Amino acid sequence: MANELQTMIEVEGLTKLYGDFVAIANLNFSVKKGEIVGLLGPNGSGKTTTMRILTGYMPPSEGIVKIAGYDVLSDSLSARARIGYLPETVPLYQDMEVGEYLTFMGAMRGMNNAKIKTRIDEVVDQVNIGHYLGTHIGKLSKGYKQRVGLAQAILHEPDVLILDEPTIGIDPIQVVETRQLIKAIGKDHTLLLSTHILSEVSALCERVLIIHEGKLVAEDTPENLGDKLRGGEKIQVDIHGPIAEVTTFLRNIEGVISVRQNDMGDVVRYIIDIKLGTSLLESLADLILQQGWGLRGLNSVSMSLEEIFLQLTSSDLKEEG
Amino acid sequence: MAYVIGAVFLSLTGYMFVSSVSNPFPEATIRGWVVTSTFIFVLWSPVLTMRLLAEEQKLGTLELLMTSPVKDYEVVIGKYLATLLILSGTLFPTIWYVILLFWFGSPDLWPILTSYLGLMLFGGATLAIGLLASSLTSNQVLAAVMSFGLLLLLTLTNNAALVTIGLSATILEEVSLIAHFEDFARGIVDVGNVIYYLSVIAIFVFAAIRSLESRRWR
Repeated sequence: MANELQTMIEVEGLTKLYGDFVAIANLNFSVKKGEIVGLLGPNGSGKTTTMRILTGYMPPSEGIVKIAGYDVLSDSLSARARIGYLPETVPLYQDMEVGEYLTFMGAMRGMNNAKIKTRIDEVVDQVNIGHYLGTHIGKLSKGYKQRVGLAQAILHEPDVLILDEPTIGIDPIQVVETRQLIKAIGKDHTLLLSTHILSEVSALCERVLIIHEGKLVAEDTPENLGDKLRGGEKIQVDIHGPIAEVTTFLRNIEGVISVRQNDMGDVVRYIIDIKLGTSLLESLADLILQQGWGLRGLNSVSMSLEEIFLQLTSSDLKEEG
Repeated sequence: MAYVIGAVFLSLTGYMFVSSVSNPFPEATIRGWVVTSTFIFVLWSPVLTMRLLAEEQKLGTLELLMTSPVKDYEVVIGKYLATLLILSGTLFPTIWYVILLFWFGSPDLWPILTSYLGLMLFGGATLAIGLLASSLTSNQVLAAVMSFGLLLLLTLTNNAALVTIGLSATILEEVSLIAHFEDFARGIVDVGNVIYYLSVIAIFVFAAIRSLESRRWR
């Protein structure tokens, strides 16, 4: 047994420019065999571009990308043969039947007829589309189209599976089913998937790469990132009372990360960042009333992904400084 | 869709075949429909080719093709050969006209063979032009309009050559898709004509490959 796990995706100094626009700036990461890694970032952060470069759809401007040891530029065909790819818009021929489509995709990957047949049987079972083999793809629901897309991606038993926003645009029930499907598939594949949904990452991935504006902002397990990520909960309280005292008091409450105040004349609005898991929202009102201050309002504010990224980038800066 | 296009082609050529042999002094040739069918190709090829690459771009399946372990030129040439197959499949039933000619008359075999060669070359050239147009856009209608325009232009230069003289007349006649066809219908296989059509095919298929490759860099 090899004690060192093989690196399946290797990205070194990856940069992609569209004219003057920097889509990806000096990205470095690697994915080991069997890992499920999430690529998390807001829309336009460079997720799709990264995946398109990994799959050989477009060349990098600079840097080296290797899939299972094969360079995507110089050994493009060998690299591509080892990838199963599901782009963001599921690439389906609407007027083909599901079976025809899968057979065609198998042939494209150079599989022989017998192999295609056995693999279609297996894959169809795996993604549960057995009843629809003879159905025209255009007639399937979005969730089922997604399954056909997944079936296509795993058909040739690729070493690396790359899924771009696999749960986007399908209804909530089917999202849950699709996630379970991905989780099952991830058991025997190296998997890189992109998403802009936080909960999806913690539900599926063993490791998260967070990119923002084409840069790698953080890289860790969902648990370790948890404090940073899920700490992204805020409480907004309006208090009538002495600003300095209130601020120090709030800062000293356990579970509070930071306090910002915004003087609104009669009252002061405090925005408190708290750790998740602390039940501050319930106890905060009591604490404030015990001090004899006037409590005018209290509610929780959920953070947008953008804000979380801002928090992540700024906290990184603090650690460095 | 190819079946419908094929059926339309056959009914038109069938009509022209019948009308060419049902005059008082019928000739036992297929020239009657062969020359006219070049005009049908000008209408027919843009429709047959407009989907080839435009639809792949629209559906996003191009991304799948270009990330599959196949080379870009394999994709393009594969598509081109598929349309050639449809072309020959459509021409195949016209052999019935030839059989009828042999049944009721005694036509020369040689001009018939060269006519078929000419039709394949002419058709192949129009399909290559349509293929390039389809690679340039994700809009099928636009692709059809572009290739139809170019094909019409390339056939009409022949007429323009009639009203000009000297070098320009020669050039206009030489680039014309039709001018190079007429010899085939008469039973003459001119190497220059064959090379002309093969060059048109090669140039436009090559340009289509390049056009597809350039999508990677955008």
